Amino acid sequence: MGAFEIIFFLFAVITLASACVVVFSKNIVYSAFSLVFTFFGVAGLYVLLNADFLAVTQLLVYVGGILILLIFGVMLTNKVVNVDVRSSGSTKVPAFIISGIILIGLVGAIFQTHWISYKDVPWSRSPWNKDAVTQALTEYVKVQGSEGTATTIGKLFLTDYLLPFEIVSIVLLIALIGAAMIARREPDPADEALDSF
Amino acid sequence: MTVGLEHFLIVSAVLFVLGLYAMLSRRNAIAVLMGIELILNAANINFIAFTRYGAVNMNGQMSAVFVIVIAAAEAAVALAIVLNIYKNFHSVSVPDVDKLRD
Repeated sequence: MGAFEIIFFLFAVITLASACVVVFSKNIVYSAFSLVFTFFGVAGLYVLLNADFLAVTQLLVYVGGILILLIFGVMLTNKVVNVDVRSSGSTKVPAFIISGIILIGLVGAIFQTHWISYKDVPWSRSPWNKDAVTQALTEYVKVQGSEGTATTIGKLFLTDYLLPFEIVSIVLLIALIGAAMIARREPDPADEALDSF
Repeated sequence: MTVGLEHFLIVSAVLFVLGLYAMLSRRNAIAVLMGIELILNAANINFIAFTRYGAVNMNGQMSAVFVIVIAAAEAAVALAIVLNIYKNFHSVSVPDVDKLRD
């Protein structure tokens, strides 16, 4: 077992264990703080997968942004006495059954599928040239190894992905304006009367 | 043993199922949102694993960037809606919110 495997299992265990705490903890505050470790573990997996830019983005956006929003939501809506009044056995059993079936299906599909790498492709029967693919792959690995993925992603944002980039910027702007509009307090009629003077 | 594509896919599948279970079973609306975040993270792991082990281009990582952006927008809007629900119903428990009118 090399270093890659050890680090992979470390991050996988961190991710899945803290995700279990998120899902199964009774206390919503514990869930929120445990989500930090889940996001950290996922960022570690991104690093293992040669996605350095995405790992940093994950930390900035998820841990720095989304998680703070969620913790704000917990703090603003949590009552001091937060007990489930109703019996909670009604939805857990069907949810467990549905999730279990889907997990078995997914794991079965992952193990059933014969994942091929580019080396296993029957090149004589394929329309592509093996040498060209090999050269592209070595250049890709070289680029990823030398300058990281940020350069490539930046170039792609301004070339192939220009339109999605602009659209997603506008989506984000509209979503944030909409969130501010929805969440703001209703203006007090007395204040409005004062403002009109 | 060597860690390959399957291992990342298994981690992602388990993360997805945990998020799905949180969405289906939790009563607190914010816990449901946490489940959605777990599901989006699972999808991102898949995208990036396939970029690393599958294709020769960066399309998977680009998709993952857009997933992260959409997750941020979704979290902002959903939290605003949850705060409004709390203002109107004085509860964020999903089964309590079953009235459309005042």
